[in-house]
Amino acid sequence: MSILKGSAWIGDESQIGVKRPFFSRIRWGKLAVISMPMFWLGLFFFVPFLVVFKISLAETAIAVPPYTSLLEWNLEEAYLNLKINLGNYFYLVEDTFYLDAYLNSIKIAAISTLITLIVAFPIAYLIARSEGSVRGLLLAAVILPFWTSFLLRVYAWMGFLKKNGIVNDMLLGMGVIDQPLQMLQTDFAVYVGIVYTYLPFMVLPLYSALEKMDMTLLEAAEDLGARPVTGFCLVTLPLALPGIIAGCLLVFIPAVGEFVIPALLGGSDTLMIGRVLWDEFFLNRDWPMASAVAIVMLIVLVLPIMLIRNTQGKEAAS
Amino acid sequence: MKRRSWFLNLSATAGFIFLYAPIVALIVYSFNKSKLVTVWGGWSLKWYTELFNNEQIIEAAWLSVKIAFISASLAVVLGTLAGYAMSRFGPFRGKMILSGWVTAPLVMPEVITGLSLLLLFVAMERIFGWPSGRGTGTIIIAHTTFCMAYVAVIVQARLSSMDESLEEAAMDLGARPSSLFFLVTLPLIAPAIISGWLLSFTLSLDDLVIASFVSGPGNSTLPMVIFSKVRLGVTPEVNALATLMILIVAVGVIAAMYQMRRQARLLERLDNN
Amino acid sequence: MTSSQNIETSLSSNTATDSVPAWKQEGAEPFLRIENLTKKFGEFTAVDNISLDIYKNELFCLLGGSGSGKSTLLRMLAGFETPTSGRIIIDGTDMSGIQPWKRPVNMMFQSYALFPHLSVADNVAFGLKREGVGRAEVKQRVAQMLDMVQLGHLGKRKPHQLSGGQRQRVALARSLIKRPKLLLLDEPLGALDKKLREETQFELVNIQEELGVTFVVVTHDQEEAMTLATRIGVMNHGVIVQTDEPHDVYEYPNSRFVARFIGSVNLFAGFVVQDEPDAVHIESAEAGTTIVKHHGISCAPGQEVSVAVRPEKISISYERPTDADNILEGEIEDIAYMGSLSVFRVRLNSGKEVRVTQPNFDRHVGDRFTWNDKVFLSWKSDSTVVLTS
Repeated sequence: MSILKGSAWIGDESQIGVKRPFFSRIRWGKLAVISMPMFWLGLFFFVPFLVVFKISLAETAIAVPPYTSLLEWNLEEAYLNLKINLGNYFYLVEDTFYLDAYLNSIKIAAISTLITLIVAFPIAYLIARSEGSVRGLLLAAVILPFWTSFLLRVYAWMGFLKKNGIVNDMLLGMGVIDQPLQMLQTDFAVYVGIVYTYLPFMVLPLYSALEKMDMTLLEAAEDLGARPVTGFCLVTLPLALPGIIAGCLLVFIPAVGEFVIPALLGGSDTLMIGRVLWDEFFLNRDWPMASAVAIVMLIVLVLPIMLIRNTQGKEAAS
Repeated sequence: MKRRSWFLNLSATAGFIFLYAPIVALIVYSFNKSKLVTVWGGWSLKWYTELFNNEQIIEAAWLSVKIAFISASLAVVLGTLAGYAMSRFGPFRGKMILSGWVTAPLVMPEVITGLSLLLLFVAMERIFGWPSGRGTGTIIIAHTTFCMAYVAVIVQARLSSMDESLEEAAMDLGARPSSLFFLVTLPLIAPAIISGWLLSFTLSLDDLVIASFVSGPGNSTLPMVIFSKVRLGVTPEVNALATLMILIVAVGVIAAMYQMRRQARLLERLDNN
Repeated sequence: MTSSQNIETSLSSNTATDSVPAWKQEGAEPFLRIENLTKKFGEFTAVDNISLDIYKNELFCLLGGSGSGKSTLLRMLAGFETPTSGRIIIDGTDMSGIQPWKRPVNMMFQSYALFPHLSVADNVAFGLKREGVGRAEVKQRVAQMLDMVQLGHLGKRKPHQLSGGQRQRVALARSLIKRPKLLLLDEPLGALDKKLREETQFELVNIQEELGVTFVVVTHDQEEAMTLATRIGVMNHGVIVQTDEPHDVYEYPNSRFVARFIGSVNLFAGFVVQDEPDAVHIESAEAGTTIVKHHGISCAPGQEVSVAVRPEKISISYERPTDADNILEGEIEDIAYMGSLSVFRVRLNSGKEVRVTQPNFDRHVGDRFTWNDKVFLSWKSDSTVVLTS
């Protein structure tokens, strides 16, 4: 129950039968508090999407800015010309390049989320089971990389994975391989990059779920005849499930739209939709096409994710 | 600790090695004398000297810090207002919209945010003549927009975990809503606001994609400069820069931990008296 | 003038029987008047058309289970909830539309709601500073108040450095410092352990009498209500079922709900067979006999009623008692020895189970009876309570 809700002074619309002045000071205060962030987000978050949608219906042109306008207003002949170009959307469907890029983004994000989960689980479990000061230290060790530059962490892997990089040197030195492996500019490097940069996002929610778990539950399971593996599957996993879901969302969502990692670690054939949009905009300077890609991405990827998050949140609240 | 099987220890250790090996390698190679990044040529600080003589990087770094400072501060104000409205005003018209707008930037791919803001700025310039050209100002607007979402979520979480009767008690003792906010609510959510500011500062300092879209010519932030250098391959100067940034963050985190521990010890001593 | 003097004398000595308390006087002016108060949350009615008068210097307990509406009622008095309909009048002033920070009312919260970032002294001073009281006066009044709750030496501490009992005192001091006309206390002793609670109960009553503030206490703990209150209002489903002095609520419950809610009780269903001017006879199949209640109860022959008898009012014996008004027969099914008393569960021939408690006034009393003994249960007519609702 919210404290300012339902009190006489807040001007609650749901209250019936109690009349109070519309323009009270408190009402104004509340209005100001709401409207400042509302105005900002409306102007700089919501309106931009309308602009993107509008431009996705334009044609590319050699002009500044490089697109045609939808409305032509001719005063002398007194006509208003509305020109909507659906060509960009048709092109998106026709050319399998874009579809491939969408699907590939989802595939790469999904697989790396799964790998992140597998890598993160033992770390989270170990932290949750360790004692006071060690726990704090390990937790800090997981969070510390998150505060350092994302770009530089991706960059670190470039030095690690390249042909004459450290990994190849070590493998050659151990005699595992006799030819340096091509690891940079492959999908493999992209997976490594995503798992690496988003690992803390997976460890933290897993840790907070596992930390709440009562260890005597596992003892109880064993007491009732469950072997450790069975106990893990029947007790630990279900109890960690909220953490697993939260962590997977935290990794999957940014991974799908990722640009930096495929751009630096991936090869030219590593198609990801974020990178396609970037290239469309910066290399081809095709603003309407980039806008169309963005609109489709919004509808196909972002809206479902928001819906999932919403239902997650509601379940957690209830 | 019979529950810590060898398997758990081994896989967790491997996880930590995975987390730190690239960073350690980066730091070590920043002291490499050799120009060839992969060949070890002995210890040297020469890349650090070159870094400090690189005006482009220093300028970009200064610009990034300025932008991050202003964006984080704006984001904290707007985000706190939004978080407060959402958790303390009960139902109001437009609440659904506000909470949608606040949380959406968290799941929005950066490329979309960047593109849409750029197109907005271009359209606004055509219609209103503002912002004329793009640069520091437009980057600050863009960063404030996505950072305030994080602040709002953190503040809202803190407020909803806070005992509401604290605020009721303040009202009951005669505090009006405005003084109630500054006397009780603000001091209590201060930790959330501070961490929101730090997170915003880091996110802004770290952002490449959005800044690339909305910046103008001659307004390259540090990530933009690094990106253009790194794209061409591994460069020892960037190693040196990365080492410095890691050092700063590590010192900050350790200082914060030390401070927290000191406070805890202080409390213990007070309790024993 | 005489009436107000009466109130004072009646309250300064709780045991006084010679003076009449305000609520028993015709035309006494209530200090807090609640008129047809209703609060709905959507479809749910939390408080349902309650009217109640509370008098100056009373310590009134609202007693009820969770969801009974007692807390909502309290929050409406403080101004945190707006009534859907009805009025609250405090000391002659209608509280409608008066904001919480302007009401002559203070509240002590269940969680104490001490500001964690302020010291004990600053917590207590908070209300005075909002009133714009001068610095010197604030200091002096805070010191005085802290001394009263025996925390004068802890003013500089932060709330988290205090024990539960100390926090409770700080909360009390903070809510009293503005000298409110009416103090609302939400489960004031709920967070304390049993021993501390007993000590604090008496302290609370002493402070209330010393300061002459009217207290309205919300609690779910019947013992707490019994020890603290001048009067108890028992709440259920948003309605006050019975308002009476503690003794009367226990000994003369007006409904099955109140009888069951306060203390434990044996209820026998039956119907009136004979209604004489000085006695009622109730035939109860469950009791297996006709129960007699002397003195007037207005009910019609044939009316279905419940007979309530408290376990401690029932005697247990091997021989059929000769002087008792009501006698039942049964077999001991279970005995629980609880130190100061023993609880017997006796199965009547009708199958009905009856609970009987006997004080262990000598060490071997409990040994006299054992499982499966055939016994007689008996009680006097005036221990019988006849309930029609």
